[in-house]
Amino acid sequence: MMKHVLIAVCLFLPLQLQAAAVVGEMAPELSLPAVVGEETISLSSLRGKVVYVDFWAAWCGPCRVSFPQLQQLRDDLGERGFEVLAISVDEQVADARAFLEEVPVTYPVVHDGKGLTPAAYGVLGMPTGYLIDRDGVVRDVHQGYRKSDGEKLRAKIVTLLGEEK
Amino acid sequence: MTVKTAVAGLVLVLLCGCETVQPWERGLLAKKDMQWTPNIMDARLRSQIYASKEASSGGAGAAGGGCGCN
Repeated sequence: MMKHVLIAVCLFLPLQLQAAAVVGEMAPELSLPAVVGEETISLSSLRGKVVYVDFWAAWCGPCRVSFPQLQQLRDDLGERGFEVLAISVDEQVADARAFLEEVPVTYPVVHDGKGLTPAAYGVLGMPTGYLIDRDGVVRDVHQGYRKSDGEKLRAKIVTLLGEEK
Repeated sequence: MTVKTAVAGLVLVLLCGCETVQPWERGLLAKKDMQWTPNIMDARLRSQIYASKEASSGGAGAAGGGCGCN
């Protein structure tokens, strides 16, 4: 009896487990359509840059705080090789578009309404950001967002930008 | 024995049907219509008044009073 239960548990357990982006390992590849326009943007196309992959949603309050700050970081550090790749997890792309009209940004924003990418990255809260170095390795995971996080993030990005490829 | 096994199996199958709402799936839950109270400020004010009026019986928290800790 117990043996059968154990076997059943072992069979069903993998369904509950999820893959995740781990610090020190390669970031899972992603290729998603832009929220505005026809373009498809992949993470590998940004290889060689320090990338902040930002999972966000229009309904998420802290995301609204993060957008202007990420835009500022990109304005300041873009020339040195920093890029933001924002991934909207809104089910309806129209929600993301309405948000972007209120809080416009110039960095690429893509859309994943099915939630496959956040599942692959193991996102635990909104927003979650993954700082990825020039070689495509995840170096830092940032959960949530407060106003004071911008400066901390800047310091981490500057450190990564200074690393030789 | 067989009934127990069947029940255990059924429970396991049903448990697998349980889905955690993932952080990126909370769009609908975040809507204003889905909140417990329509106006959070109003609800806080009401609970403040209620707590002060009913303080001797513990207010909205655990029953108490007398020890001065509520």
